Amino acid sequence: MLLIRCPYCEEERPELEFRNAGEAHIARPTNIAAESDDDFEKFFFIRANPKGVIYERWRHIHGCARFFNAVRDTVTDKFVMTYKAGEPKPSKLPGASK
Amino acid sequence: MAKAAAKTKAAASASVERRPALAGRTLSAPGVKVEMLPPAERISLRAPQASLAALSKALGVTLPVKPKTSAMKDGRTALWLGPDEWMIIDEAGNDPLADCAKVTALHSAVGISHRNVGISVAGPAAAVTVNSGCPQDLSIEAFPVGAASRTILGKSEIVLLRTAEDSFRVECWRSFSDYVFTLLSEAASDAAN
Repeated sequence: MLLIRCPYCEEERPELEFRNAGEAHIARPTNIAAESDDDFEKFFFIRANPKGVIYERWRHIHGCARFFNAVRDTVTDKFVMTYKAGEPKPSKLPGASK
Repeated sequence: MAKAAAKTKAAASASVERRPALAGRTLSAPGVKVEMLPPAERISLRAPQASLAALSKALGVTLPVKPKTSAMKDGRTALWLGPDEWMIIDEAGNDPLADCAKVTALHSAVGISHRNVGISVAGPAAAVTVNSGCPQDLSIEAFPVGAASRTILGKSEIVLLRTAEDSFRVECWRSFSDYVFTLLSEAASDAAN
């Protein structure tokens, strides 16, 4: 079982307590009514889906119930780091070799 | 005999009778005893940092701010559930909701006395029993006496509180209580082996 560090509980908890909540750092347009259909499609449906490092929202649903962001490698399924919701995308990842 | 008396009284006012789910159910296995706890008053409390002092004063128990901890005073326990969320359990028969109502500082207190039921899991094999469905590390180092956490037991969400080295309080929604109690009972029987 994966152990995921919850930045609010400040410790690693079993993955069963967590729920994935999609890609992180997707900003909602400030004037969504003025968006063109193409732009709205990009915002609403299109996701990066990379092979490698991905920034995701996770929720500690069966714990503190808070949303937070996590950096995960989609190839190895390893969590690189987690950080609180609202914090900026980390510019440098710990232990980044490549 | 007390039971008979309660029955007669209940018949007179059936609409206000409180019937806790699975009341009185117990299971004893070698090394662990699982039993339903008597009814208690409970509230779900949400509050920002600025209101904590006033709420702690009104409740008579200091709200813990450290994750996975609880505080207890005079039969009233405050469990940290999230950064701005607590569960208050009062076993002394006082109403924490009334205490919170006097506080003018911003907060949200919701009475959930009847939503939850408490189950006691006690005995040398208590941790093994709870661990059969709960993935958290329940060793005394990781989950000391007084530690409290919302977590999962099998398919049901629970709130777990360690009341003593070999004793846990499991809080679950009353509609899940049959499942939770049965799971704990099965686990208790297995834990002995």
